[in-house]
Order: sequence, then C-alpha cells, then structure tokens
Amino acid sequence: MAEMASTRPAPATAPATVRTRWLVAPLLALAATLAALSFGRYPLPPWEPVRFLLAAAGFVSMEPDRYALLYNLIVEIRLPRVLAAILVGASLSVSGAAYQALFRNPLVSPGLLGVLAGASAGAALGILLEGHWLLVQTSAFVMGLAAVGIGVGIAHLFGGGSIIMLVLGGILSGALFTSLLTMVKYMADPYSQLPAIVYWLMGSLGQASIDDMAWAALPMLAGILMLCLMGRALDALSMGDDEARALGVPVTAVRLTTIAAATLISALTVSIAGMIGWIGLVVPHIARLLVGPGNARLLPAAASLGAAFLLFADGLARNLFATELPIGIVTELLGIPVFLLVLRRVRRGWT
Amino acid sequence: MSIAARDIHFAYRGRPVLTGASLALSAGELVCLLGSNGAGKSTLLRILLGLQRPGRGAVTVDGEPLAGWQRRQLARLVAYVPQVHVAPFPYTVRQVALMGRLPATGLLKAPGAADRACVQGILEHLGIAHLAERAYTEISGGERQLTLIARALAQEARLLVMDEPLAGLDYGNQVRLLDRLERLAEEGYGVLMTTHDPNQPLTGCQRVALLVDGRITADGHPGEVLTAAAIHLLYGVHVELLHATDGRRLAFRPTGRRVIA
Repeated sequence: MAEMASTRPAPATAPATVRTRWLVAPLLALAATLAALSFGRYPLPPWEPVRFLLAAAGFVSMEPDRYALLYNLIVEIRLPRVLAAILVGASLSVSGAAYQALFRNPLVSPGLLGVLAGASAGAALGILLEGHWLLVQTSAFVMGLAAVGIGVGIAHLFGGGSIIMLVLGGILSGALFTSLLTMVKYMADPYSQLPAIVYWLMGSLGQASIDDMAWAALPMLAGILMLCLMGRALDALSMGDDEARALGVPVTAVRLTTIAAATLISALTVSIAGMIGWIGLVVPHIARLLVGPGNARLLPAAASLGAAFLLFADGLARNLFATELPIGIVTELLGIPVFLLVLRRVRRGWT
Repeated sequence: MSIAARDIHFAYRGRPVLTGASLALSAGELVCLLGSNGAGKSTLLRILLGLQRPGRGAVTVDGEPLAGWQRRQLARLVAYVPQVHVAPFPYTVRQVALMGRLPATGLLKAPGAADRACVQGILEHLGIAHLAERAYTEISGGERQLTLIARALAQEARLLVMDEPLAGLDYGNQVRLLDRLERLAEEGYGVLMTTHDPNQPLTGCQRVALLVDGRITADGHPGEVLTAAAIHLLYGVHVELLHATDGRRLAFRPTGRRVIA
C-alpha cells in the first residue's frame, strides 16, 4: 500500500480542536489540585500553594513563620487527602474506561467482576475483628482480589473465559461477597462495629495518612500507567475477539493484564477510601465526549478527569456543610445528574 | 503468496462440521465459497485464519505450517474482514481503519505520519475518504463493510478472508461491493468470500468452491462448477439456469417444488 500512499496527497490531520482537546483534562486536574490545596476551613488564595512550592524548592524566599504554617496546612493536612483524591479518582475512572472497552459495554463499571463487593466484605471483616486500621485495609485489598479471582476462575472453568461467562462469574462472586458482607454486619456489635462498617462503606478520603498514600501510590500509578498503555489493544479488542486476534493482538494476555491492573487499583481505592460509586461509570463517558472513543487518548483523559472529578466532589464534601459528608454520597449525588447530562450525547454510540 | 487448508476435520460438540475439507487461496484471485446455512463456511474461514484449531488436517501459509507463524507476522499476510457488525463505541472510520496498522506498529506505539498517510490513501482508494471523521456506528452497512476492508488493506495483507461480505447490504451496495472486490483481485489481492447466493459468483468470480456435507465437493471455474445439479445438492431446491441469447449464463431461478430430503 506504500505506493498508493506516496502517489496521493495525504491531508490526514485531525482538526485543531480535536488535537488540542486532550489538554483539557490534565489542565482541569491541575486546577482542581490547586483549588483543593487552597480551599478549606482556613482558605488560602489559589497562588499561595504555588508560592509555597516555589519556596520549598528554593526559588523564592518566604518568612519562616508563614512557611511553617503553610507546611502544616498544605503538606500535613491537605496533601494526603488531595493525593488520595487524585489517585482514587484516576484509578476508578481509568479502570472503568478500560472495563467498558474490554467488556464491549459502555454501562460497565469497575465493580463488574466483584472487586468492590469483595473489598467491602474484607473491610467489614477487618472491622469485626477489631483489627488495626492496617488490618482493615489489607483485608479489603485481599478480599477484593479474591472476589475477582473467583469470578474469573468461574468464567475459565465453565465457559472458556468468554465475555458472557466473565460477566456471570462476576455476578456470582459479587453476590457471594455481598452475602458475606451481610453476614459480617449481622454478627457485628450493633452499637460500635456496625456503625463503623456502615460509615466506612459510605467512603471517605479523610482516613488516608501520608504513609498510607506512600505505599499505595506506587502500585496505583503503575496500574494506571499499565492500563493507559493498553489503549490501542483495547480498541481492537472492543471490536471482537476474532478481529483483534486477526490484527495480531494477543487477546488473552491483554484481557488478563487489563483485569489484573484494574482489579489491583480498584481494590486499593477501597482500602484507602471505602466505597466510592458512580465515578468509574460516569467519568469515562465525559472523557469520551471530550477526546472521542479511541482508548489510547481516552484512558489518560479519563484518569485526569477522574482526579479532577473526585477533587471537586471532595471539596463539596468538606466545605458544603459544617460537618463533612461521606464522599461516596457526594459522588453519587453528583454522578447521577452529570450522567443524565451526558446521556443524550453518549447514546449516539449505543445504537 | 497463498494460504491453504488441507483435509480439515472439525467437530463442534461431537457433531462433525467439517470432514476432510480442502481449500486454498492465492494472491490475485477472487474465490467464492458457497454453502448452505450451517454448512461450516465460517468455521472453515476461522480455521484458515488460525482463529480455530482444526481437529485434524493442516493449514499452511506460503507452504509453512500456520502454527509456526507469529500472529503479528500473519496479520501482515492475511486479513480477516468480518461480517458487518455494530461496534460498541463510535470510533470514527479513520480510527477503525488505523487499527489495521496495529501489526505494523505494535500495541504500544502510536501510529505515525506514515501510517496516517497510508490509511488516508486507502480511504481515498476505496472512495470513503469523505467519511473519515464520521462515526462507524452511524454510517450505512455498505460503508461499514468498506471501512472493514480499509482496515484489512491497512494491514498490508495481500490475502483477504471475508465472512459474508454481502449479507445485509442492499442490492445496489451488493453490486458495488462485488465490483470493488473484483478490482482488488485485479490489483493482486487474493479475496476469499463466503456467500449463500449462487447468483453472486456468476459475475466476476474466477473460482467457486462448494461446501457440502463438510467437504469441498467442487472447486473451479463458475462455468463448470455452478450447475443446476450442484445447486440442488447444495440447497435442496430445483433451479434452472437462465442463459442470454449468446449463451452466457445469467442467473439461477428456482423451479418446481421444494424437495425435502
């Protein structure tokens, strides 16, 4: 086909608006980060975090008192939460987008294979055992992985790992862990443990310490990056297994890698912040409106938008009322109208 | 360049589908594979493409066993054009065609200027360049089929294996697509297509193969292979062949009652 290409002029460039649109999502995420570091009980002007960063890097000078105050406020109080929002939002959104391509269904969310149900049951079990906070997190993470392992195992044992059997396996393992969760709730002390479980399931970014974030950040970033690299393979895979294979794509390897990376980062989000719904379903759709359906651009855009979305939701959760709202409630309340807004445009692709 | 399946046996859940089928495709020819519903045409295509392992028999690409080829290498020799389908996401026509560059670029590298120019050239060649930015989900069946062909050509594969390319297209699109496939064969592509309409191979096809009871019972020039008796064997209906005054074969027409075997 080379001779064909050389004899014809090739104005094969996309319009400028499309080419620059991918910048919108990262810029939004950056703006949301600065806003999240500025707003709060003690509001700062939005340039103050920038000035603090420059001072910390030694580019500008700052009075020691002011520096100490900002250090306490920005690094010790707000940063862990902001990092948690960025990583959790990016993880849930990118794994939602990857799952939608993988399962060829735009209504799929990261919980499809049971990871969220498993992690919830795990966390509840950790609370029931009166464990240290670390036990709760570890138990959530491990049972999230176990739930997906069971779902994928069922699909491979009974259906050769086809899409429909993966969905069925996910439903079965999700149901199993949901009933385990109910059992744990029933066994829990109704005055101390049960409320703890219920509040935990509503989700909160406030639990995350900077140490938690330090150990979770690396696998989460690795998982997000891994999924972002799957973009072109997922494009081909979303057209059908046979077509992807005929295009030279190692279908089984791509599918298992995607499921593994998405499961890892989703389970970590639950162990950091509890259940945060809707974001993994809604944000990929907004990202698709922004940069189109091609996954090579969609996945990074979904990650940035997810970070911005969760920072915004957390800002509402912290500042709307005198007491903090659980973030899971805010993302749901915010997600439903946003989903309705994009629904009209989104339906184009559902025919 | 050629691809060949020899003495293929295949059973689906214990029911034999193919019992010793042999079929080959070389560059430069347009071959029609004719068979009734459920005769195993698609299965034979999938085996030829290496998407399905046969129970017995061998598939070779340029004389080498198929198993020895890497998928990515194979994708640059043989392309699969599926039956027109609906994609779950509104990829643009250009994006779908660019997927054909995957075997050349690999999974991780974004398509470059050369890949884009290649795809643009193909879209123009197939007459669908004006659709490049339209969503694949919003164009007509005929345009979708051309998009899938564009993707196959972007693979730089010389052999195109097409599953029912004419199914679901209106009459005008069927005629235009057959024209297009004929021209691709003249340009040196090998095209293998399945169909169940015996009239389609009467125009343009150099070769027709008949799949009956799991075997290729006839394989040759349409003038020799397509007889009223062969059609009866294939579909169990009596037909007569309409001729032009100069003796050329025009079309089959069903006659008499349907025979239930």
